[in-house]
Amino acid sequence: MYKYDEYDHSIVAARVEEFRDQVNRRLAGQITEDQFKPLRLMNGLYLQLHAYMLRVAVPYGTLDSRQMHMLAHIARKYDRGYGHFTTRQNLQYNWIKLEDAPDILAELATVEMHAIQTSGNCIRNISSDQFAGAAADELTDPRPWAELLRQWSTFHPEFSYLPRKFKIAVIAAEEDRAAMRLHDIGLQIVERDGKLGVAVYVGGGMGRTPMIAPLIKDYVPFEDFVSYLEACLRVYNRYGRRDNIYKARIKILIHELGAEKYAAEVEEEFKAVKALGIDPPRAEFDRIAAYFAPPAYDAEAPDALDRSDPDFAVWLDQNVSAHKQPGYAVVTISLKPIGGIPGDASADQIDLMADLAKTYSFDELRVTHAQNIVLPHVRKADLYGLWQQLRDAGLAEANLDLISDIIACPGLDYCSLANARSIPLAQKIATRFSDIGRQRELGELKLKISGCINACGHHHAGHIGILGVDRKGVENYQLLLGGSGAEDVSLGTITGPGFSEDGIVDAIEKATDVYLRERDKGERFLDTYRRLGMAPFKEAIYG
Amino acid sequence: MTNLLRYRDDEAHEEPAVTLDSFLGQSNATAVRIESGEDARVLLPYLDRIALVEVSFPKFRDGRGYSTGRILREAGYTGELRAQGDVLVDQIPLMRRCGFDSFAPEAPVDEAVLAASLARYEFHYQAAADPAAPVWKRRHG
Repeated sequence: MYKYDEYDHSIVAARVEEFRDQVNRRLAGQITEDQFKPLRLMNGLYLQLHAYMLRVAVPYGTLDSRQMHMLAHIARKYDRGYGHFTTRQNLQYNWIKLEDAPDILAELATVEMHAIQTSGNCIRNISSDQFAGAAADELTDPRPWAELLRQWSTFHPEFSYLPRKFKIAVIAAEEDRAAMRLHDIGLQIVERDGKLGVAVYVGGGMGRTPMIAPLIKDYVPFEDFVSYLEACLRVYNRYGRRDNIYKARIKILIHELGAEKYAAEVEEEFKAVKALGIDPPRAEFDRIAAYFAPPAYDAEAPDALDRSDPDFAVWLDQNVSAHKQPGYAVVTISLKPIGGIPGDASADQIDLMADLAKTYSFDELRVTHAQNIVLPHVRKADLYGLWQQLRDAGLAEANLDLISDIIACPGLDYCSLANARSIPLAQKIATRFSDIGRQRELGELKLKISGCINACGHHHAGHIGILGVDRKGVENYQLLLGGSGAEDVSLGTITGPGFSEDGIVDAIEKATDVYLRERDKGERFLDTYRRLGMAPFKEAIYG
Repeated sequence: MTNLLRYRDDEAHEEPAVTLDSFLGQSNATAVRIESGEDARVLLPYLDRIALVEVSFPKFRDGRGYSTGRILREAGYTGELRAQGDVLVDQIPLMRRCGFDSFAPEAPVDEAVLAASLARYEFHYQAAADPAAPVWKRRHG
């Protein structure tokens, strides 16, 4: 994985000192909270209901054991002994003191980490495929492209006060594990005439106006990659709406202009920008790519697996994915124990996952947008021993992509924007469907909960989505069916009137009963819904 | 504490900046003010005779002026480029990189804080409208 050189170190160190100075000026009353807010947000520091929340960047979700241990250390020293992995592949702490934040950033910098641009109206952490470099179906490793973008976007002087936040995802496989088309810019690495470039999708997003990004350009060669994105951002910075915060995302601009007109504007801007010589040379790409070279696999690693332990076999089928290297596998550690808080991990668990990565996965871990952790390169022969250690630490829930593998936002338990609680509902749903046999019978079923219309819990993209609203001072939950954040991307549709907390759990159960009754062979819940439409589900839920 | 900060060797331009409409309607103005929603590119045919472009920042959150600055510099404008309005001390380093060389903040700026913040970053990752070589150029020559 990427390692800092003197330049990276210098920039991150300067940022720590800059933020320390900004915090000191704020604490001394030299700047107002209104003026301080965008500064702290660009360092991932939010003011929540009870305390400050600090969001630490995990660029494209990749980290090593040293960094993971640091996350555990910070959880113990400055927070309440746990952290929360997020849908942007980052980690956030919910109980931070403002005056500690500069020291936390200084500690992070010692392991090449930071909180730069994890919030604010700027280009956010670049996200990517959590199986990058390991997936059997990828064209190339997308992370060198993502790292190039991390550097390009860091403290970009022109794009630090955009109309609104800006999220970019990069993938390189047909299977989309990063919800690429629900980003402000989604990039898919493609090959043309033997050369790699990107297909550029712009204007996707969730929030209160969910949209799927249209294709703006089918191929941009590496040589023009940064210039083209610069042009995309400049058109947005100049013409994106600033009169209404709810209409300020690039998806609204593209919706109002039309994708073709936007693409034409970008083309025009690109001509001006391309002449400036701002594209990094191939040598810089090669320098970065060298850090992502495949690890030293054991060519003799055996493929055989002993499935005689039935619990292990279930976990193997559910949480272990194909690796491009024979004899190896990709392991997803579920952070969704039944009744737990989705995405939370204790400092001890974080330390253990770091140790396991060091022992079994060439010192590498990934954070997934579904709030789980991946060990990307595990010898198949080591899987049983790894599983036993995970099981002993309560980390072997075999529910990847099943109904209890829930994405949930922090909701009203933490967030000042929320209308309803998400976490207790996630716990109730997982508990109702806790039987693993029943969950596996239901198959792939992505359930996502947001506690307000800002959609941090990705409810639009859930096969089953839940949106918490406030109805006359009472928490109320709307049900959506038919969304997907994958390569078959779609937005969910609201079933009808909302439910109480218990009522929505019943409604979900009724929807899954329709699926079990009506499904054709091999169909997932989503497929059955798409084939039958809303009617039979609605009838079962409200009838 | 001061109200006009300049990073140029020449004398401050005396002529008051006129609105973009007035500028386009008269042939002899040498100073023009651009509102944040206006298109700087309409000035490109006249850059030779402009000595001052004042770019308005009505609110510090309104970042359109950063693009305006770069567009003018990229087109070869060498006169004074002034950021006027709700310009905060922490924004000036970014504005410098976008080509601004003079600042008329509505609220006074603490010059010691500003000096420290302008000196803080030795390196920049990306190319912009200032002479700083991007890090990739330093790495590869």
